[in-house]
Amino acid sequence: MSAAPALFQPRLAQRRLLGACFHGLCLLITLVGVFVLFLLLALVFRIGWKYLTWALLTNEPSFLNPAEGGIRIALIGSVLLVLVAAVVAVPVGVGAAVYLEEYARKTRLNQLIQLNIANLAGVPSIVYGMLGLAIFVRWLRFDRSVLSGGLTLAILIVPVVIIASREALAAVPNSIRHAALALGATRWQMIRHHVLPAALPGILTGVILSVSRAIGEAAPLIVIGAAAFIMPGGGVDTASLFGWARWLREALLAAGFTALPIQIFDWSMETDPEFQDLAGSAIIVLLGTLLSMNALAVGIRAWQQGGKTR
Amino acid sequence: MTRTSLRLREGAIKLLLQGCALLSIVVTLGIVWVLFTQSIPFFRHVAATEFLFGTRWAPLLTPQSFGILPLLCGTTLIAGGALLLAIPIGVATAVYLSEYAPPAVRQVAKPVLEVLAGVPTVVFGYFALLFVTPYVLRPLFPSTEIFNAASAAIVVAIMVIPTISSLCDDALRAVPRSLREAGFALAATRLEVSTRVVLPAAMSGVVASVLLAFARAIGETMAVSIAAGASPTLTLNPLRSVQTMTAYIVQVAKGDAPADSVEYDSIFAVGLVLFLMTFLINVAAQRVLARFREAYE
Repeated sequence: MSAAPALFQPRLAQRRLLGACFHGLCLLITLVGVFVLFLLLALVFRIGWKYLTWALLTNEPSFLNPAEGGIRIALIGSVLLVLVAAVVAVPVGVGAAVYLEEYARKTRLNQLIQLNIANLAGVPSIVYGMLGLAIFVRWLRFDRSVLSGGLTLAILIVPVVIIASREALAAVPNSIRHAALALGATRWQMIRHHVLPAALPGILTGVILSVSRAIGEAAPLIVIGAAAFIMPGGGVDTASLFGWARWLREALLAAGFTALPIQIFDWSMETDPEFQDLAGSAIIVLLGTLLSMNALAVGIRAWQQGGKTR
Repeated sequence: MTRTSLRLREGAIKLLLQGCALLSIVVTLGIVWVLFTQSIPFFRHVAATEFLFGTRWAPLLTPQSFGILPLLCGTTLIAGGALLLAIPIGVATAVYLSEYAPPAVRQVAKPVLEVLAGVPTVVFGYFALLFVTPYVLRPLFPSTEIFNAASAAIVVAIMVIPTISSLCDDALRAVPRSLREAGFALAATRLEVSTRVVLPAAMSGVVASVLLAFARAIGETMAVSIAAGASPTLTLNPLRSVQTMTAYIVQVAKGDAPADSVEYDSIFAVGLVLFLMTFLINVAAQRVLARFREAYE
């Protein structure tokens, strides 16, 4: 036994010191993320503060005079795009999630569908733009319209909606399903009246997060050809309901549209630094929208978890 | 409602929902079909070997030349550089969050990383152009061009850090507690348990997260379009301006190339290469992940 101490030296002090250093290093590195986010916000606010006025929201885009440039058209474009995307993607995404979570047995086909959805979530967004260009713009002749853009964004976010909804559905305890079935409910009655209501907050969170992804996307829209500045439905009386419907139709189908991230891209690439300042102001609006949506999602999640412990 | 009509309704609803799920397959087939058929006209003009092995990409000059290697080089330079930065940062963040962090820190750091992941990529491009290049790179390397690969790589790294850290964190936390306790029982320090027991046990999860991050970095578009510029160069110098595959597609879509010209058709050929690359990487990541889940779940 006398040889053992010579072979094994615990060197505890040294190892603990090394451990403490590693702990500190990891903490520092974790803070890098927080620091970068702070830096980004600070930069954008410092630059963008200058043009952050009410006129920014109401003016038409300008490439001549930065002081007169606004994001009105881009805002309208973004809102319409996201509406189209959400109206299409949410029912399809939630429907697919319900099928995979509540109906699907472990067949080859269903496993293929699941693998496929995971892969679709990793396809670069610009590739979806090329799909939209070929299918919606050229084949279905929707032209370079908000409708084409919105449908493309819908295809882009469906995998995200499916993945988030499946998680929410999987979190619903099986006892709820068993209770409904035991009382004679059919499978759909069980889903419709018990599983979906229980999963709703989780699904809503996922939907908000995927919609906020659609708001920030620029690449697929650029491929579709969003660039022209056409005032959607100019001169239509929007006071009556009928006028509104006509305005919406024209706005959805008008050839040419722009959106907030595209406007930011265009202004960032201008050589005049004043336009880059303007881009900063537009970024504040964009980030403000996204952050409040994020906060809403976090809020819903917290409210739901609070409800569970009560 | 009678029993038969109820049963009919049940069947119809199931079919409808199944249709929703099958749409995802249709989308994938649609992407493959579109990219293949739309790039056929391009390959009538340019031989596939010239496209894949040519070292000069000059679609807008005469004589035109379509060798994709400069674009591939730009993409790999930026994606590779981004991973070089993002892997250590992402993995260290995950190790800290899963092995060291008190719950309070976790509760702050997780949402911050989520927000960082949700920032639109166009904003990161703006950040690269107006902050990273003039205030970080230029003071260190005065020869840096205004548009350069390094600034793009840095912001792409920031973008994929949340991808790596969140997936790695999941993988580390899935490692059974008993493994850690066995390590501590042998008088290992926390550092030794983290790096020699937990991290190796979660290695397939780590690898999958890196693969997914790589695919994301390759497909990243807006930030590299703004930060890296539009000059397809076969270079490994990160301080020079390069063009990625994605940035080329944006350049053509933004410009006014006529719809039936060769340069317009070329974006589908480039898109095909881009899709195949990310697809293969994603499939590999899913396989690794599946193996990891088998081991611990």
